Amino acid sequence: MTTVSPTTSVDASTSPLRPAQVRARWKRQASRAVGYAALLVAAAGILLPFVWMVISSLKENNQVFTVPLQWIPDPVVWQNYIDIWAKSDMVTWIKNTLILSVSVTFLQVLTGSFAAYGFSKMRFPGRDALFLLYVATIAVPWQAYMIPQFVMLSNIGLSNTLWSILALQTFSAFGVFLMKQYYESIPESLSEAARIDGMSEYGIWRRIILPLSTPAIASLTLLTFVNTWNDYLGPLIYLRSPELWTLQLGLQTFVGQYNAEHALIMAGSVISVLPIAVIFLLGQKFFVRGIATTGVKG
Amino acid sequence: MATIAVDDRSSGASGPSPAAPPGPRRRRPGSRLKLRNTLIGWSFILPNFLGFGLLTLIPVVTLFYLSLTEWNVFGGAEFIGLDNYTRMIGDTSYHTALFNTIYYSAVHIPATLVASLGLALLLNRKLRGVAFFRTVAFFPYITSIVAIAVVWNMLFSPEYGPINQFLTFLGVDDPPGWTTSADSSMPAVIIVGVWREMGYYMLLLLAGLQTVPGELYEAARVDGAGAWGRFWNVTLPCLRPTMFFVTVILTINSLKVFDLILVMTDGGPGQSTLVLSQFIYSKGFEENQFGYASAVAVTLFFICIAVTIFQFFWNRRKDA
Repeated sequence: MTTVSPTTSVDASTSPLRPAQVRARWKRQASRAVGYAALLVAAAGILLPFVWMVISSLKENNQVFTVPLQWIPDPVVWQNYIDIWAKSDMVTWIKNTLILSVSVTFLQVLTGSFAAYGFSKMRFPGRDALFLLYVATIAVPWQAYMIPQFVMLSNIGLSNTLWSILALQTFSAFGVFLMKQYYESIPESLSEAARIDGMSEYGIWRRIILPLSTPAIASLTLLTFVNTWNDYLGPLIYLRSPELWTLQLGLQTFVGQYNAEHALIMAGSVISVLPIAVIFLLGQKFFVRGIATTGVKG
Repeated sequence: MATIAVDDRSSGASGPSPAAPPGPRRRRPGSRLKLRNTLIGWSFILPNFLGFGLLTLIPVVTLFYLSLTEWNVFGGAEFIGLDNYTRMIGDTSYHTALFNTIYYSAVHIPATLVASLGLALLLNRKLRGVAFFRTVAFFPYITSIVAIAVVWNMLFSPEYGPINQFLTFLGVDDPPGWTTSADSSMPAVIIVGVWREMGYYMLLLLAGLQTVPGELYEAARVDGAGAWGRFWNVTLPCLRPTMFFVTVILTINSLKVFDLILVMTDGGPGQSTLVLSQFIYSKGFEENQFGYASAVAVTLFFICIAVTIFQFFWNRRKDA
């Protein structure tokens, strides 16, 4: 199943083909064909819901559920994408979501990379114990402490404000963790040389480590942005007034209100997913890298 | 944690550092340097730690106190000892939530592991277009839960939904009612859970697979091992650290499952998909019983910690 050895080099070294090699090549091509078939089936299965979402969003409402299934919308109803703006408060939702996603991402990257410097490039007593505390909270689900957190934030008057979500999302252990993993791979000699030249620790962070860690910053930026954009539970608990709703919260209420308007709901869903899809496609290299570095070394 | 290199600097490297004078007075500047380092180190961590401590550590600690009180939004907390816990013992809704959480995890964890490992093995081959497939597989994970729930609920629609139409086409006479029937709502949720998360774990496993040295496969091949033998004797053992990490994260994520269920079924029909997280949510935020909800949250907390610790010890025993 797993042919890791580079097949090209094997091919190059075997110019005169013996029957055994012919068979081996056949076998390899057969396994390759099976691999492709499996990939195609898997990809189709994974993408089907998205395809269905887009198709349905372009249909007349009464054509969404038909027997048999209608794969190509006829007529193509672009009107759904116009109606959704009139029937819902989409503009407010998008505005709130954008405000939150951008500011959370900015603060998370800033405080996360700053703290990561302390954890990976400085040496002082209690540092490792503190880091362990950060790591340990990964095993504690937010659902377990959301109630005391809510009580606390309500007491200081932050519930039902966008500040609550900002507070909630900004200081995740994840950001510190991701940045620290990356900083460990930057050679100590670089910051050492700067130290000998008399540069302060803050200077080293800003002028040496930060510029060197752009891939990690990109990963963290994208992941945080997407997480905040998609967050449903935080806004659900904290944001009561409709003018504060985020896209997810608004969409869910819309679904409850217009539950028979399938085509319209699908159009709204497409709009809510589209920005994330674009961001993901543009920066998928960084997503993959970010997930892989935090994941494996954990 | 690669601290050795940094360690050299504060003690051993004080020689080459121009600031440290040699001779008998060496100790005092050393300790002053240490203090300075500590202060600077803390100043880096503090901005994040303030938020982290305030919004994570303190709530976790307060949770235990809250669980021993009777508290609704009006009036303060009243200490009632273990009453919330004894109430839990007789609460059948709590039992249902606990059972459903275990049900979800027991199916979701192995199913996701198998699916993501299968995907990772497929994508670890040198095939053209692998990057495209990797993108595709990861996409559900970054899609918002609301959109996912809406689409899947329509796909699962019992009479006209594409899934049941397909099942009828295959000759299934009596396709399940999925999210509309108590028997099949949990499987429906689990299917969506696996579909959504497998791309994420696939990425982690793929990164692990790429660290498996190719010579090992070569050696196994020379020894006459087939594809299955290579998988069993080379891939799996080399992948064990990654598998361990993936299992730990996957377990916690399954035990705390919430938003997917909340948006897809809201715990229903009946209580067929009621899970612990949702039970906490509805007791706390819908019925304003913060004390009781906290007690339930404490049980979720301990389940997660206990399972994680167990997995760590299990892993260590296997390492030895």
